[in-house]
Amino acid sequence: MTTVAEPRAADREVSPVLAFVGRRLLGAAVSLLVASVLIFIGTSVLPGNAASVVLGRGATPAAVQQLERQMHLNKPLATQYTDWLGGFVRGDLGDSSIGLAQGQKHAPVWALISDPVKNSLILAVITALFMIPLSLGLGAIAAVYAGRPADHAISIMSLAAIALPEFVIGSLLVGVFFVWLDVLPPVAIIPPGQSPLSDPSKLVLPVATLLLASLAAGIRMVRAGMVETLQAEYVMAARLNGLSERWVLWRYAMRNALAPSVQVLAQNLQWLIGGIIITETVFAYPGLGSLLVTAVGNRDLGVVQSVAMLIAVVYVMLNLVADLIVLLLVPKLREPS
Amino acid sequence: MTGRLRFMRSFSGAVGVTIVVFVVAVAIFGRYFAPHDPNVPVTVPLAPPSSHYWLGTDFLGRDVFSRLLYGGRSVITLAALATGLGYLIGMSVGLIAGFSRSRIDPVLMRSVDVMLAFPPLLFLLVLISGAGTGVEVLVIGVAVIQAPGISRIVRTATLEVSVRGYVEAAIARGERSFAVIVREVLPNIMAPVLVDSGLRFTYSILIIASVNFLGLGLQPPASDWALMISDNRQYIAIQAWAVLAPAAMIALLTIGINLTGDAIARSLGRSYVPKTARSAVI
Amino acid sequence: MSDAPAPVVQVEGLSLGLTTGDPVVEDVSFTVGAGQILGLVGESGSGKTTTALALLGYTRRGVELRGGSVSISGQPILGQGISNLRNLRGKVVSYVPQDPGGALNPSLRVGDAVMDVLRAHRAGAASLESVKASLERVELGADPRLPRRYPHQLSGGQQQRVTIAMACVCDPPVAVLDEPTTGLDVITQDRILAELARLRDDDGMAMVYVSHDLAVVAKMADRIVVMYAGRVVESGPADEVIERPRHPYTRALVSAIPDFRRPRALRGIPGVSVGVGEWPSGCAFVPRCRYAIDRCSEALPELSAATPDHSVRCIRWQELASEGAEPGDGRAAATAVEAEDEALLQVDHLEVEYRNGRRRNTVVHDVSFAIESGRCVALVGESGSGKTTIGRCLAGLHPPSAGRIVFDGSELAAFARNRPLAARRRIQIVFQNPFESLNPRHKVSSSIERPLRVLRGLSQGEARTEVGELLDRAKLPRRVGDRFPIELSGGERQRVAIARALAAKPDLLICDEVTSALDVSVQAAVLELLSELQRDLRLSMLFITHNLGVVACVADTVLVMDRGSLRESGTVAQVLNAPADEYTRRLLSAAPCLPDGAYS
Repeated sequence: MTTVAEPRAADREVSPVLAFVGRRLLGAAVSLLVASVLIFIGTSVLPGNAASVVLGRGATPAAVQQLERQMHLNKPLATQYTDWLGGFVRGDLGDSSIGLAQGQKHAPVWALISDPVKNSLILAVITALFMIPLSLGLGAIAAVYAGRPADHAISIMSLAAIALPEFVIGSLLVGVFFVWLDVLPPVAIIPPGQSPLSDPSKLVLPVATLLLASLAAGIRMVRAGMVETLQAEYVMAARLNGLSERWVLWRYAMRNALAPSVQVLAQNLQWLIGGIIITETVFAYPGLGSLLVTAVGNRDLGVVQSVAMLIAVVYVMLNLVADLIVLLLVPKLREPS
Repeated sequence: MTGRLRFMRSFSGAVGVTIVVFVVAVAIFGRYFAPHDPNVPVTVPLAPPSSHYWLGTDFLGRDVFSRLLYGGRSVITLAALATGLGYLIGMSVGLIAGFSRSRIDPVLMRSVDVMLAFPPLLFLLVLISGAGTGVEVLVIGVAVIQAPGISRIVRTATLEVSVRGYVEAAIARGERSFAVIVREVLPNIMAPVLVDSGLRFTYSILIIASVNFLGLGLQPPASDWALMISDNRQYIAIQAWAVLAPAAMIALLTIGINLTGDAIARSLGRSYVPKTARSAVI
Repeated sequence: MSDAPAPVVQVEGLSLGLTTGDPVVEDVSFTVGAGQILGLVGESGSGKTTTALALLGYTRRGVELRGGSVSISGQPILGQGISNLRNLRGKVVSYVPQDPGGALNPSLRVGDAVMDVLRAHRAGAASLESVKASLERVELGADPRLPRRYPHQLSGGQQQRVTIAMACVCDPPVAVLDEPTTGLDVITQDRILAELARLRDDDGMAMVYVSHDLAVVAKMADRIVVMYAGRVVESGPADEVIERPRHPYTRALVSAIPDFRRPRALRGIPGVSVGVGEWPSGCAFVPRCRYAIDRCSEALPELSAATPDHSVRCIRWQELASEGAEPGDGRAAATAVEAEDEALLQVDHLEVEYRNGRRRNTVVHDVSFAIESGRCVALVGESGSGKTTIGRCLAGLHPPSAGRIVFDGSELAAFARNRPLAARRRIQIVFQNPFESLNPRHKVSSSIERPLRVLRGLSQGEARTEVGELLDRAKLPRRVGDRFPIELSGGERQRVAIARALAAKPDLLICDEVTSALDVSVQAAVLELLSELQRDLRLSMLFITHNLGVVACVADTVLVMDRGSLRESGTVAQVLNAPADEYTRRLLSAAPCLPDGAYS
């Protein structure tokens, strides 16, 4: 477009940052609002009566009515939605429909998920601690040695592993490390109340599964970003100015490859959330994911809604944090567009 | 690039094609060579491999090899349908958004952003918890998951092509938008749009198989590789083949598609795995 | 060469090739004296940039050194280890890149970028003061906050000054400049050139100035080396080479350069320059040379001395010396058609804006003009002046926000699709970028057939015959019709685009920077074609360009635009010879052109 390039005065440099942050916060809020609507519609607009589905065929009309009242199904849909969302924002995650159906007066979802949340968090954090340095490191190695055997090996292996389902990777790992070598347990069942960290060997295979599933995409994208910056003209110009290779690599190539890498990593962490749902089921690990899968199977709408919303919050937050880090890394974004 | 590397690449492509042809042939025609009925127990449960039952039997005593030959068609068909539907939706949205340059574009793209800000598997699970398990839920759900990423790529490519001389010349001739899109735009965006279709297809396979594995897609006693794995998982110490054989088939399928797709993308001078995080599906 | 200063750059028999085998540069030798500027001239693919980079001991990926030597200030460059080279680069020989926007690290403040070079070579002298001093040398000292700016906050000219500051900060005796002003507008280019001249005069810095633009080089260089297909075809003192070119290629190049001070019919060089891997066995210029004889293809001509200081690689240079200048003088003004006075197109108070969200950006402001039947009107301006937008409005590709466009008595709708068929047919447009103006998926014939069918309603058979005639018109062989655009060169593609526009039998042809992406020699041929078509078909033309020389060659009247407004209009002779507007005057004085001697 034909804007006349004129240097902007320094006094205007603050507001674009705020505008950017504001836009992203607003975007995140809108995303979460839409997510809540999707979740609510997805779970509420089922054919037939939710209460009778939960209770099963043999339920008496009185029992159905009772549960309907407990699940607030007798109220208008919009009220149900605002009640649920309002509760969620205040930290009241509602009741488990199954718990109510089993005759409990209150079956708070929060009590049901507090342990699984911790367990899932432990799994995710450990995986991330390995995943972030590994994708950055291997991606950078592949980029710096682009076209050489090391790069080729990394590329082909990551290409093969990309989009390999977690349950397949998990099954193959169990086949090797349990059936064949018999060195690691095939499941990661943690007794209630116990920390997963009390027996780290149980965590090895779930973490390895998640790592293998998420590393491939991460490495390839980090590599692509770095290859691009390594071929940039400013890298060539820096070399032609006689700058040392280490200087060129870090201050010129890596520095500019960092922003796209941050986005890749954020995306990989998001991918991890999906992976955790499946991996926990593979290893019978008592986390949020296996809880969700069970709840979906049982049509425990209260749990599905709250857990789904919780995951959506984490997902959107990851995006937001990545955007803010990128804002710090890319000076151009701090300008009015 | 040196000749050796090019050879390695085309070599990996040839390996990929071979694998894909093999797995798809097994999935489609395998059932006609199945030695046993896949749904009927033939001997004791969890029997080890033998000359009668090449891969042994599963937890119900059904022949694993026969179930393996039957179990690929479902996931491949569903994934193909879902991916195709995803392209149909995504390309329509992307073309309209990219070509119109009007007020509709930001609206469509904001919706795409919001869709992409929602975890795909979670979306499918929520959908299933509401609409129940079913093939159509699976196909539509996965198509809806795929569409936003596709539409974003289509839009970017369309925007780029729409300002080229041949498109503008057609617009200046007063040709109808539909004619301009079909004749001038569409043929020139196909390469960037379809180059990662293999990746999208494997992603559909992955997510459909995962849902089947979770027991929220196809229901027993259907023969399905993912279902076979989840059914026999508990008994892996006794009869590992019932788990490992279908796992190997799914792994071969996705690896084969990716090797092929990557070789094709490279021959077109493009990147198979999207280069920037923002344009990626996954 | 006794009076020449001692050489600081000595290149001897430099040869480079692709790692796959084909030669890129062969046997290039030249010297540059202290405080001198050597112009290295050639069209795309001539090997000039590869040669320039070799002066820094640098080869691009896929290119390897084959032989020869380069020494700068007595230090051999080729064959040095990477750490020695690192010490030499920036300190003994520095580099100014073509595209400063891409060559500056986007995440580094420009002061730090300059500081990095200092740190690499003169760690002791690396201080903010010396950074500021070096920026002052390139006239960037006025704004004290400039060192804290990021590259994207600077204009193109400022960015290029920063890269020049980086190249000078360690006071190297030699700088290599790779098309340093390509992509800048002429006024900025003029100021950058003046600064470079000052660096040479004040600091005695020797420069190798690489460019495709002979006019710029003529202005800057003391000596000129002309390259064609990887070899030196002519070298000598700048005024000698420009005023008495010996090689047929140089002669053709000189007469292909449009010059606003001396409007004349241009003569293009037929064909395109040979690419890497296509070099013929004899003289590489044979396929395009008007003087070629059989003997030229037999063996590669030696570089022979026309004078002790001027050498040429042609076996016939002595015979040709007596032939005098290239024919083709005396333009246009005399041969121009008598124009009818009624206006074919009338533009009244045109306003155009682009909207970006809620922000509005007015790019054309209250512009009025008329194009009379059979006339060629040139619309001149720098990038961002709004000239292209006006063309797009006329073609119905962009809606004006106010004003009227009246064509042959009736007002035109904003969008092409709302205009009557006749109006769509009678106004045609040819676009800037030949590589994007043809649909790569359609054969040439199919691209030309489309307007015949859509706008003139011809049948398939009629259209097909007419395609052949149109190709003849555009001076393309008929077999081109069966080709896909990818098989054609830029010049050929632009001819196809012209043929496609002519297919509609237009009355008004809008040419939007149609030659700016082409080599000079090809540009001349396309301009030649357009002038001829305008005359023969009595076309009215709106010729949009940033090049004043081109204006003088094709147009009858000229409109000068600056930042969306019309600054001046009048006949070509009036505006170019006696500009009334201050901006026009600056534009004219900044435009590079060949010295008077070039036409003697």
